[in-house]
Amino acid sequence: MSLILFIEQMLNGVQFGVMLFLMAAGLTLIFGVMGLINLAHGSLYMVGAFAASWAAGLTGSFLLGLIAALTAAAAAGALIEVAVIRRLYARGHLDQVLATFALILILSEGTRWVFGSLPLFLEIPPYLSGPVRLPGGIQYPLYRLAIIVAGVMVAAGLFALIARTRIGIQIRAGEADREMIGALGVNIAALYTVVFALGAALAGLAGALIGAIQSVQVGMGEPVLILAFVVIVIGGIGSIKGALVGALLVGLTDTMGRFLLPVAFAQVMAPAAATAVGSALASMAIYILMALVLIFRPRGLYGVA
Amino acid sequence: MGWPEMRAERLLNACVLLALLAVPLWAWAVDEPFTITLATRLAILALAGVGLNLALGLGGLVSLGHAVFFGIGGYAMGVLASHAQSYTPLILWPVVIEGTKSMPVIWLVAMGASGLAALAIGALSLRTSGVYFIMITLAFGQMFYYFAISWPAYGGEDGLSIYVRNGFPGLNTLDPIQFFALCYALLGLALWVFARIMRSAFGLALGAARQNAARVEAVGIAPYRLRLVAFVLSGMITGLAGALFADLNRFVSPVMFSWQTSGEIIVFVILGGVARLFGPVVGAAVFVLLEHFLGGLSEFWHIWLGAVLLGVVLFARGGIIGLIAGREVRRD
Amino acid sequence: MIVRTLAMAGALSLAAAGAQAEIKVGMSTTLSGGGAGLGIDVRDGFMLALEQSGRDDISVVIEDDQRKPDIAVQLSDKMIQSEKVDVLTGIIWSNLAMAVVPGAVAQGKFYLSPNAGPSALAGKGCHPNYFNVAWQNDNLHEAAGAYANDAGYKNSFILAPNYPAGVDALTGYKRFFKGALAGEVYTQLGQTDYAAEIAQIRASGADSVFFFLPGGMGISFLKQYADSGVGLPVVGPAFSFDQGILQAVGDAALGVVNTSQWSKDIDNPANVAFVASFQEKYGRLPSLYASQGFDTANLMLSALKVAEPSDADAFRAALEAADFASTRGKFAFGPNHHPIQDIYVREVIKEGDIYTNKIIGVALKDHADAYAVECKM
Repeated sequence: MSLILFIEQMLNGVQFGVMLFLMAAGLTLIFGVMGLINLAHGSLYMVGAFAASWAAGLTGSFLLGLIAALTAAAAAGALIEVAVIRRLYARGHLDQVLATFALILILSEGTRWVFGSLPLFLEIPPYLSGPVRLPGGIQYPLYRLAIIVAGVMVAAGLFALIARTRIGIQIRAGEADREMIGALGVNIAALYTVVFALGAALAGLAGALIGAIQSVQVGMGEPVLILAFVVIVIGGIGSIKGALVGALLVGLTDTMGRFLLPVAFAQVMAPAAATAVGSALASMAIYILMALVLIFRPRGLYGVA
Repeated sequence: MGWPEMRAERLLNACVLLALLAVPLWAWAVDEPFTITLATRLAILALAGVGLNLALGLGGLVSLGHAVFFGIGGYAMGVLASHAQSYTPLILWPVVIEGTKSMPVIWLVAMGASGLAALAIGALSLRTSGVYFIMITLAFGQMFYYFAISWPAYGGEDGLSIYVRNGFPGLNTLDPIQFFALCYALLGLALWVFARIMRSAFGLALGAARQNAARVEAVGIAPYRLRLVAFVLSGMITGLAGALFADLNRFVSPVMFSWQTSGEIIVFVILGGVARLFGPVVGAAVFVLLEHFLGGLSEFWHIWLGAVLLGVVLFARGGIIGLIAGREVRRD
Repeated sequence: MIVRTLAMAGALSLAAAGAQAEIKVGMSTTLSGGGAGLGIDVRDGFMLALEQSGRDDISVVIEDDQRKPDIAVQLSDKMIQSEKVDVLTGIIWSNLAMAVVPGAVAQGKFYLSPNAGPSALAGKGCHPNYFNVAWQNDNLHEAAGAYANDAGYKNSFILAPNYPAGVDALTGYKRFFKGALAGEVYTQLGQTDYAAEIAQIRASGADSVFFFLPGGMGISFLKQYADSGVGLPVVGPAFSFDQGILQAVGDAALGVVNTSQWSKDIDNPANVAFVASFQEKYGRLPSLYASQGFDTANLMLSALKVAEPSDADAFRAALEAADFASTRGKFAFGPNHHPIQDIYVREVIKEGDIYTNKIIGVALKDHADAYAVECKM
C-alpha cells in the first residue's frame, strides 16, 4: 500500500465527515435548543437534493440548484415546525420519535408521488468536474475538495453565528435555560421556527451537494440520518463542536475501515475469506465505535452531564 | 385512574380478546384461511409489542433496537430447523447438537438466546439514558443487521426458507386455525404474565424507578438492576414472537433485524397506548388492518399510514385505548 | 393435507362461478419505496401484453410487496388461499423470491418469475412448477466475463455489494474471465459513497473494472467514477444501465459497455412492436424489466391457449415449450426451467436528449446457467 493511496483515503474520510457534519449540525442544534429528536431530518436532506435536481434541470445552473435546495428545505422545515413539530416540544422523546417517523412516511411517499419512482439527475457543474493534481502527485476530484471547503466554511459560519450574533446569543440562552429567555421577552415560537429552518437548510444543502455525486432518489435520507445520529451521539447531543469531531471520527473510521480491514485480515487468512470478513466488520465499525464511546462516556465526547 | 375508566378499559380488553378469537373462528367456519393467517400475524406482532411494552411502558426504556430480539428469535427457528431439514448437526464439538423441528425446543432456545443478548446489550446500554439510550439500542440493532446480511452461512440477505412449519406435540401446525390457537394461547399467557408483573412488587418498583429514580435508590433498590431485569424479560418475550413470526412465514431474513422493524414494534405499543395491558394488541390490530386495507387502495398508501400515526400522536394521547376508555390520571 | 383441502375449495368456487371459467393471476411486486421503478415496469409490461391479447377472461390481482419478504409471503398466501389464483408472478428481488417461491409451488401453484433468478432455485431447489422468464442471476455477469476476454482485458478490478447476489455476481464474472484480478472488493449494501473503492482502483494497476451495483448504488458509483478521472474501461450487467436509471447517470455512463439479454434495438418483429406500443401507451421507453414483464405475460398466454392451469401437467408442458414470440428473439427453457438465450453486449449512447443502449455484439450464444446440472426434477 502506497503513502499516496493512504493520503487519498484520509481525504475521502474527511470529505465524508464534512458531509456528515452538515447533517449532524442541524440535528444537534435542534436537539440542543428545543430538546427535540427529529427522525425526519433525513427527509429534509432528500427534499434538498430533489429541489436542486429540479431547479438545475430547469435552469441549467448548479448554483441556482443549490439556492433552490436551501430555500426548499428551509421552507419545508418551517412548515413542518409550525404544523407539527411545535406540538411536540412538551412531549416525551417517545412521542417525538413516533411523530417524526410518521413524517418520514409522508415526506418519502409524497416526494415519490410528485417526482415519480425513478432516480433524478443532478450533475457536477463543468467548472468543478474532473480531478486535480495535489502536491505529492495525488489525483483528487475537484468536486470533493469543493465539498470539504464548503463544509469548513459552513462550520466556521455556524460557530460565528452562535458566538457573535444576536440570534446566536438567544440560541445559547435557549440551550441553557428555556424558561428564562421567554421571560426576557424573546419570541420563543419564532426563535424555534428559525432554528428548525436553519437546521433543515443545512440538511438540504448537504443533500444537494451530495446529490451531484450520488443517486437522487426517494429514501436517500434514511441511511445518512442514522449515520448523523451516530455522529451526534458520539460527539455529545447538543454540542456543535461535538458534532464536528464526531463527524470526522465517523467519516474516517468508516472510510479507513472499509479500506484497511480487508487488507489486515488478508495477513492472517485466505484473500476471499478476508474480503468477506473484513467487509462485514467494516460495515459494523462505526456502530462498534459508538457503543465503545457510550460505554466509557455515556453522554458522548462533549456532552454535558 | 377513576373506577368508571378502569371498568371501561377492562370491558374493552375483554372485547378485543374475544374479537381476536371470534374472527378467526368465523373465518374457519366459512373457509377463509387467509383471514386466519392475518389474525395469526396480528397475534404474533402483538406478542412482540407486549415484550417491548414491558421495557417501554413499565420501565420507561425507549428501545429502538428490539428488532435484535425479534431477529434472534427468528434466526433461532431458522438455524435449528434448517439443520434438522438438511440432517446436518449444528455443532460437532464439544458435544454433537442436532437441529430440531420441535416448536417448544425452538421457543426455549429463542427465548434463551434473546435473553442473553438482552442481558449483554442491556448491561451496556442502561449506563446511558434518554436519547442516548434510544440511539445506542439503535446502534446495536444496526450491528446485528449488517452482521446478518454479510454472514453467508445462513443465507445472508437472501435469508433462510423452511419448507414445512415446525411441529408441536398433539397439534397439526400446518392447519392455520391450530397454529393460530397456539399463538393466541401464547399471547394470552404473555398478557397474564405482564398483568402479574405490573401488580407485583417488582413492577411497582420499576414504575417508581421510571418516575423518580432517586427515591427508589433511597429505599435501597438499584434502578439499574430493576431495569436490566425488565429489559431481559422484555427481550425474551419479543424473541419468542420472532420465532413464531418466522414459523408463520416459514422464512427468516435480516429484514427482521432492520431498524424499521424496531420502529414498527414501537408503533404498535404507542398506537394502542403505552403501559396499557392491551395497548400492543390494539396497536398491532390497527396496524395490520391499515396495512391490509390501505395497501389495496393506493400505491401511495404510506402517506395515509403516516397521517394516521401523526393523528394518534398529536390528538390521541394515551393511544387508542386512551381515546376510547378515557385517559389515565397518572401522567409522567 | 392442506394442499388437498385447498384444491377442493378451489374446485368448489369454480363450480359456483358457473360457465365463465376465469383465469386468475396473482402479481405481488414492488410498487412503493426505493425499488418501485422495477416493479412498475414489470407490471406495465405484463399488463400491456394482456391488453394486446384481447382476452377478457383473465383477471390480475396486483399487490405491493414493499420489498419486504414477510409482506411478500403474506400476499402470496392471501392470493393462493383467499383469491384462489392459478398463476403467481411479479417478484423482483432474489431474497423475496427465496421467501415466496418454495411455499407457492409447494401449494401446487405455478410461479413465473419475471426477474429474480437466485442460484438455489435454479439448482438443487428447482421445481417443476417454477419458471424463470428473465435469467439466472449469474448469466449477465458471466457474459461480462466473456466480453472482457474478447476485449483483451488481462487484469480486472471487480466489486459488488456484500450480500448473496453480489457474491454470485463476482463468482459469475470469474467463471468466464480468464485474466488476473487486480482487486476484489465487497462494498456495503446500500452504500452511496465509493471514494475509497475508486482510490483503490486507481492504485491497483488494473486495466479494466467490473462492477455489479444495482439501483442507486450503481448511479452513485458511475457518477463518482467518471469524475475521478481514473478512466479505465468499465463493464457491468445491464441493471445499472437500464432505461430508467440511465437518465439519472447522464454523461457519466456514455460509452460504458454492459451485458443484457434484451435491448430496445434487437431487430425482430415482436420487439419492434413491443417498443412502439409500450412507448405509445405509457409515454416512455421500455426498460429491461418491462420487456421481461411483457415476455412473462406472453409465455403465460401461449400456454393458456393450449391448456388450463387446472390441468397442471398439460399447462406445464405448454410452458416448457415456450411457444411465444419473445422480444429477445430466440428463447427456450433449459431442463431447470431457466432461459437458454443469447446475451448481448451493449454500449451506452445518446439519442437526441435521451440516454439509451445500442447493441455492439453478442457475448454468449445460447447461454444456459451453471446450476442446471444440479437440478433433479
